[in-house]
Amino acid sequence: MSTDFEPRIIGFLCRWCSYNGADLAGTSRMKYLPNMVPIRTNCSGRVDPTHVLKALADGADGVLIAGCHPGDCHYINGNYRTAGRYPLMEKLLEQLGLEHGRVRLEWISAAEGDKFAKTVTEFTEQIRALGPLDWGKQFEAEEAKTA
Amino acid sequence: MSKPKLALYWAASCGGCEIAVLEIKEKILDVAAAFDIVFWPVALDFKYKDVETMADKSIDVCLFNGAIRNSENEYVAKLLRDKSKIMVAFGACATMGGIPGLANLSNREELFDLVYRDQPSLDNADGVRPQLKTEVAEGELGLPEIYDTVRTLDQTVDVDYYVPGCAPEAEQIWGVITAVIEALKTGVLPPKGAKLGVNPKTCCDECKKVKEEKKIKAFRRPWEFIPDPEKCLLEQGLICMGPATVAGCGARCTTANMPCRGCYGPPADVLDQGAKMLSTVASIIDAPTPEEIAEIAATVPDPVGTFYRFGLASSLLRRARI
Repeated sequence: MSTDFEPRIIGFLCRWCSYNGADLAGTSRMKYLPNMVPIRTNCSGRVDPTHVLKALADGADGVLIAGCHPGDCHYINGNYRTAGRYPLMEKLLEQLGLEHGRVRLEWISAAEGDKFAKTVTEFTEQIRALGPLDWGKQFEAEEAKTA
Repeated sequence: MSKPKLALYWAASCGGCEIAVLEIKEKILDVAAAFDIVFWPVALDFKYKDVETMADKSIDVCLFNGAIRNSENEYVAKLLRDKSKIMVAFGACATMGGIPGLANLSNREELFDLVYRDQPSLDNADGVRPQLKTEVAEGELGLPEIYDTVRTLDQTVDVDYYVPGCAPEAEQIWGVITAVIEALKTGVLPPKGAKLGVNPKTCCDECKKVKEEKKIKAFRRPWEFIPDPEKCLLEQGLICMGPATVAGCGARCTTANMPCRGCYGPPADVLDQGAKMLSTVASIIDAPTPEEIAEIAATVPDPVGTFYRFGLASSLLRRARI
């Protein structure tokens, strides 16, 4: 693994809780690693598994999904959908040879700026330890040969 | 006016698509009457060199079935693309990799290890494996090269239309053929990239079973029980791919009380059929806490084989990591 590897992480943050948690971390001047690109979604339940797979296929090394704590969902039970999709997605990704831990689900409320900062830093270090995913690379050799 | 020229080819597939063409029964005579069949290895004695000598774009329509998984498949796909005005990916394998696409869960070495080394019934003490070139007394013999990754037709050459299905239904095939005959006469073709022989909605729309709010306490598999023939199979805990599958087959599997396996592929605008189905399945689990929902979701035994039975090669991730 190259030492200068900087993980590319996509974060899908629910606008009612986790995105506000990120805002709180920012306005509180908390320091955390800058590797995550946040994408605001209306609900963690809006995060279609397609979004996660597309991120991984197109070059992300890890994906964070963050939403309201169970019971706190603005749409009553959107995050329950997420809770069901996540283990299935993990199993699917494991079958496709991705290491456990490339996709992470966290419940982060609007009051938990510290948890947000800690999660991003921790997750970045976890992905750094796993190394680059570089999904497209495995197709290059064969496709170049047969082009 | 001379008749339009038609070619049919069979790459990495089971041959079911070739049979499906004959499922139109005596109408095959109408096909023979309407077209000049210039290449159809399974039925007529043509060689690759016959196609090689044709002028570019001299074939009007090519119905190409099968995925691309070796150098021969790829060579013929490119050859037929050059020679054909309209290239049609015919059937699930050409469209999305199909069942052969599940080979993308392993790679060439693993496949060869299993087939030529690890099979319990195997008698191969010398560890013989297929070679690209072999010298024999009569000269050199060659075999096509198997690739690590099974590809769809459109990951290999430019494709004009898709006729999905494993295999495409006879009435849909006939519909496509008559549409093609009409289009060639009038010169008005469907938009490029269109799926032909499908209906705009999903398989559920064609399925006659009674559908209510979907709430599942546990997933079951078809051998575990005899499903109520009147009720939606998904509501009975069977993973039925209907909601993530485009209509066109007439819901034949569910009518026979077997869950849809998704061979017609996703509806328009869906990027990844498996992801959509995974999403659906996880969303209808009925349990009071996220932990219990997660527990039930994790009981789906083989997500890739279930949600990507036909579509792994065309999915966003396309294969397991090498």
